[in-house]
Amino acid sequence: MRNKLQVEAIRQGTVIDHIPAGQGIKILDRLQLLDSDASITVGFNLPSKDQGHKDIIKVTDRKFTEQEANQLALFAPSATINVIDNYEVVDKFKMALPDSLLGAFACPNSNCITHNEPVDTHFSLRAHQGDVRLKCKYCEKSFSKDIVSGL
Amino acid sequence: MENRLYKRDIISIADFDRKDLELVLETAAQLKNSPRPDLLKGKVIASCFFEASTRTRLSFETAVQRLGGSLIGFSDAGNTSAKKGETLADSVNIISSYTDAFVMRHPQEGAARLASEFSSVPVINGGDGSNQHPTQTLLDLFSIRECQGKLDGLKVAFVGDLKYGRTVHSLTQALCHFGAEFTFIAPKALTMPDYILEELDAKGIKYSFSDSIEETTPQVDIIYMTRVQKERFDETEYKHIASKYILDVDSLKNAKDNLKVLHPLPRVDEIAVEVDKTPYAYYFQQAENGVYARQALLALVLNEVL
Repeated sequence: MRNKLQVEAIRQGTVIDHIPAGQGIKILDRLQLLDSDASITVGFNLPSKDQGHKDIIKVTDRKFTEQEANQLALFAPSATINVIDNYEVVDKFKMALPDSLLGAFACPNSNCITHNEPVDTHFSLRAHQGDVRLKCKYCEKSFSKDIVSGL
Repeated sequence: MENRLYKRDIISIADFDRKDLELVLETAAQLKNSPRPDLLKGKVIASCFFEASTRTRLSFETAVQRLGGSLIGFSDAGNTSAKKGETLADSVNIISSYTDAFVMRHPQEGAARLASEFSSVPVINGGDGSNQHPTQTLLDLFSIRECQGKLDGLKVAFVGDLKYGRTVHSLTQALCHFGAEFTFIAPKALTMPDYILEELDAKGIKYSFSDSIEETTPQVDIIYMTRVQKERFDETEYKHIASKYILDVDSLKNAKDNLKVLHPLPRVDEIAVEVDKTPYAYYFQQAENGVYARQALLALVLNEVL
């Protein structure tokens, strides 16, 4: 018996696959995908050979920016991004935690100068005991990724 | 000695390696022994205090004048364009175009780093919120080296508000370059933040916690006192806590001969006045050393060869 796709294939766009189950909704929110005009197909808690369960997001007619891919790496470092053209995967890359993030998040320190001045925030990233710590270049405070991203 | 600090911004003690620190301390010692009123001749230094700080400002301004430089600036932001809503970036951009170096204090964390991105001349951080105060750390290091004759392998106890005390955080980070060992004595609510402890762990630095100043004094070379701020506790709790973190003559009775007591000042009542007369007190010399440490920095930042 042929396997039926649980999430419809897209003709053109980006598929974020192998998202840890439960993270998909956060990614939709964080990347403000629901506020855009793009048509989006999502699957939550789908069976996965490697992960047990996974989430998947398919965004039609849109390629992700580097900034978006970097943010994605923070929430779902095991995810893969597939670029689709005419139903074919033409490019595929795994997420990697970047060394730094520019302008992606506001600094959680309310007294950090970045809240009042014309500069992008700049965080350097480091893995720490299963978490990711982000250190603000300006106020030099370190935060857990969940605090910085507000999730 | 090669001048690695020429034209560099002085923003955070984390930007200094051991060689940088040694260069400043060596230069400060030379300037203390042999004054050089020529090193800033013809230079104009901006002293911009967006937040009041009398000692730091006067110490910087004395340093500039003793090196033969001139000053422009302000001692609080009340009468400046900042009051009208001008961004710090614009203020720095303009003021730095008038001057050869930009000394600043600001109430917000990260202000000095941001200023360095908009300034055409070196920025020297005189304190940015609860973040960094690198010149305080340099004068602390200079004082420790002066009173102990060395920096390597010292045992240092920090007492008081270790959570919010930026001087404590920076000095701890700087002393890591010299293999120090630390004892932290603080109320639970004001203990050393985890991120500093994580850094110490990562560098393999030894540290311990204690509840008693008296039991710690026989084991350490330096006691660095800080003020426990009343407003962080209710009155009864404060009275209980404050009595445990006061340094008096009794708590020094078993101290090592070479022990010296430091404090970034101002003190309130955490060091009993009677300690001032003991050979352990070094906090007033420490405050005086601020001028030499700041002279050294200004001289190094503005002269390729001294």
